[in-house]
Amino acid sequence: MVDSALIGWSRAQFALTAGYHWLFVPLTLGLAVIMATMESIYVYTKDEFWKRTAKFWMKIFAINFAVGIATGIILEFEFGTNWSNYSWFVGDIFGAPLAIEGILAFFMEATFFAVMFFGWDKVSKKFHLAATWMTGIGAAISAIWILIANSWMQHPVGMEFNPDTVRHEMVDFWALVLNPVAITKFFHSVFSGWMTGAIFVIGISCWYLLKKRETRFALASIKVAAIVGIIGTFAVMFSGDKSGVHAAEYQPMKLAAAEGLEVGGQRAPFSIVPGVEIPGMLSILATHDIDGYVPGINDLIGGYRDPDGARHPSAEEKMERGRYAIEAFREYRELKDVDPDSAAVARAELEENVEFFGYGYIDDPEELIPPVPIVYWAFRVMVGFGSFLLLLMIVVLWAQWKKRLEGMKWLQWVSLLSIPLVYMAGQAGWIVAEVGRQPWAIEGLLPVKAAVSSVSVQSVQTTFFLFVAIFTLFLAIEIRIMIKAIKEGPKTEI
Amino acid sequence: MITYEFLQHYWWFLIALLAGLLIFLSFVQGGNALIFLVGKKEDERQLIVNSTGRKWELTFTTLVTFGGAFFASFPLFYSTSFGGAYWVWILILITFVLQAVSYEFQSKAGNILGKNTFRAFLTINGCLGPLLIGTAVGTFFTGSNFIVNKDAVMDIVSPTISRWCSSWHGLEAVTVPFNVEFGLMVMFLSITLGALYMINNISDESVNKRLRKSIIFSFIGFLIFFIAVVINFIVMEGFAVDENGVVSMEKGKYINNYLEMPLVMAMLLIGAILLVIAVALTLFKKGSKRGIWFAGPGTILAVISLFLIVGYNGTAYYPSVADIQDSLTLSNSCSSEFTLKTMAIVSLIIPFVVAYIAYFWRKMDKKSITKEELENSEKY
Repeated sequence: MVDSALIGWSRAQFALTAGYHWLFVPLTLGLAVIMATMESIYVYTKDEFWKRTAKFWMKIFAINFAVGIATGIILEFEFGTNWSNYSWFVGDIFGAPLAIEGILAFFMEATFFAVMFFGWDKVSKKFHLAATWMTGIGAAISAIWILIANSWMQHPVGMEFNPDTVRHEMVDFWALVLNPVAITKFFHSVFSGWMTGAIFVIGISCWYLLKKRETRFALASIKVAAIVGIIGTFAVMFSGDKSGVHAAEYQPMKLAAAEGLEVGGQRAPFSIVPGVEIPGMLSILATHDIDGYVPGINDLIGGYRDPDGARHPSAEEKMERGRYAIEAFREYRELKDVDPDSAAVARAELEENVEFFGYGYIDDPEELIPPVPIVYWAFRVMVGFGSFLLLLMIVVLWAQWKKRLEGMKWLQWVSLLSIPLVYMAGQAGWIVAEVGRQPWAIEGLLPVKAAVSSVSVQSVQTTFFLFVAIFTLFLAIEIRIMIKAIKEGPKTEI
Repeated sequence: MITYEFLQHYWWFLIALLAGLLIFLSFVQGGNALIFLVGKKEDERQLIVNSTGRKWELTFTTLVTFGGAFFASFPLFYSTSFGGAYWVWILILITFVLQAVSYEFQSKAGNILGKNTFRAFLTINGCLGPLLIGTAVGTFFTGSNFIVNKDAVMDIVSPTISRWCSSWHGLEAVTVPFNVEFGLMVMFLSITLGALYMINNISDESVNKRLRKSIIFSFIGFLIFFIAVVINFIVMEGFAVDENGVVSMEKGKYINNYLEMPLVMAMLLIGAILLVIAVALTLFKKGSKRGIWFAGPGTILAVISLFLIVGYNGTAYYPSVADIQDSLTLSNSCSSEFTLKTMAIVSLIIPFVVAYIAYFWRKMDKKSITKEELENSEKY
């Protein structure tokens, strides 16, 4: 029996690593664009002020960069160390994007980062600018591949189950790469990084304004950051809307959990907070049609018919067919060498039910419902903070435009204090995506309890706390170094 | 004709190549092992940290890509070894993770732990990283304690395919002398490479002098364990696999593989000769800085040859001592033909990647690092 504590600790360890990773990565993605824009202005205007401005943010970028790399490698290893069954069962598909990420993106990031950081006096101005952009582009490309991998877990496409090798195998690489969920997720995640970078730069710059230091530097930084941030936020909103439609189509349970929607239907309401609803809004968001049908948790568990008459099986039926698939698989394995004809029949039965394979491991339909309160509130934190931050950036840009920002102390304070909000929104987004798809490691195919490695609970507990200690120490050091660097400010008074 | 078998061999070659590049680039680790031994004064230590610091991300990225490529091409290894030899991989991870942040943090104000702690992290990674990776690779020759049962997937209460049979979860590898010898061989090689790289990369008389001296010790260390490993190849049994996938023990399997694949043996010999030339040039030709140019390709060739004899010519590359029939071979642990083919197309980009890295390396390293340069420009 797979120990439920082992599953819990393994999930906790992965969530911990991913959560910390996503504290550092979005700032890398966002700052890269902001500082590259600043350096572009420097190369265009030849004004040394912009070089110093870009260099200051590069210094912050560098402090942040290494921890992102360090936490990233742990995630890669953890697929093997903690999810070994997963690694075999879908490694044929999942490994490819990870390898491509390394070959295509990481070397690009590593090489150009070194040129950007150490190459000021070694390469020409334009060359250096290209290196700065390439560092950012490399970061975005690496995001593409890992998000293709993640999206495949949310909406598996382009593969077939092979009972001889006991795993899923890739049959269509482009289906994997052009997975609609992947494309949406890429824009949603990368542009949320732009938001993070923007809010960070605006917040820190406002601190300088509050301290009445480096005013020109701060105002210039705010202008660039706010523009990048507003563009990013609109892209996040657009891709977020698409994400909702994808969830309705491919992961209806996630959507139902995010809305706390027990009983669905047409003209489904959108809940702002418990008790406050906008009628029909959820149908619009999920299907872009006010009469669109959105199933609730009970519908998904009990089975339902949508208005088009299509029948959606109940959880019990899916579990039944899952067990049937596993049984047919067993028969096929036993018979394939002794009775090829019967084996062929068993294989046909397996193929008929293979889409429910993962349900065969589920003992109780309740297991199929993700923790609703967590997903519900995480969604509200994400959308609520995201909307507030958009408003904030518009107001800041407007105030800057009207040359009134310097006098608006309250706005400077609000901007500074909003830095944690953008991180909370990002974390909440991933909680919706990952907690919302529980119990699945791969939607419908493999629950987490069948994906986990056979390691002792104590080992995983030990490494969990070890990582807690290391990551927390890294975070504390990073924040402290950043605060010192920010207090010191751009090297020359500007 | 591109057959499934060819693709398996092609991917094993790429794994070998990545391993070769990784060990060559472990001059970063080797260099860091010398921070406190060679760097007597603060500015000397700073030189060392900045010299390896401009390359560490390449080594790190190669490690990540090595893992990713192994995952993509031989996923059963990934699931069996990573999930089983849990503690070995976690330890390797931790030393590299500590290294990753240490460059950036070590000389910054407000770093809480102080400069020397971070440099100690670099040194720990410098010694333990190559030692542990080498020890783990040693088990490719001596075997590990696991079983693989793909039918377990049908067991809905306990569906784990790969199971480790030792509660030490990988740490038991150190009880096999060969594994440790292999690890020490890799560690001393890294240190030698580190010294050769820094002789080329740092322009400072006293540091240079001490680096040359350190090579005498590290190279002797390397030679002792290299010879021990080669003797083992002659006397130890290896894991042979026949056409039907049946695994059996064969005396002198690894040395036989060398004899049956002369080209692979030539790679090892040329590799070893290049290493000797590198060291001889550095020790006996006054002022020579070109050792690393010989030692680098030499290391890559030698490591590739070691990986080829453990994977090619009917050899189980990740043997099981719990049940030798569960040993992993190229054909029973690889990805599907479609995936290997797709990834083979992707791999065509590798020469291009290597070319741009080499181009920028040259551009950035035209002049050796000096104390004066560090005074006046960006540094760690």
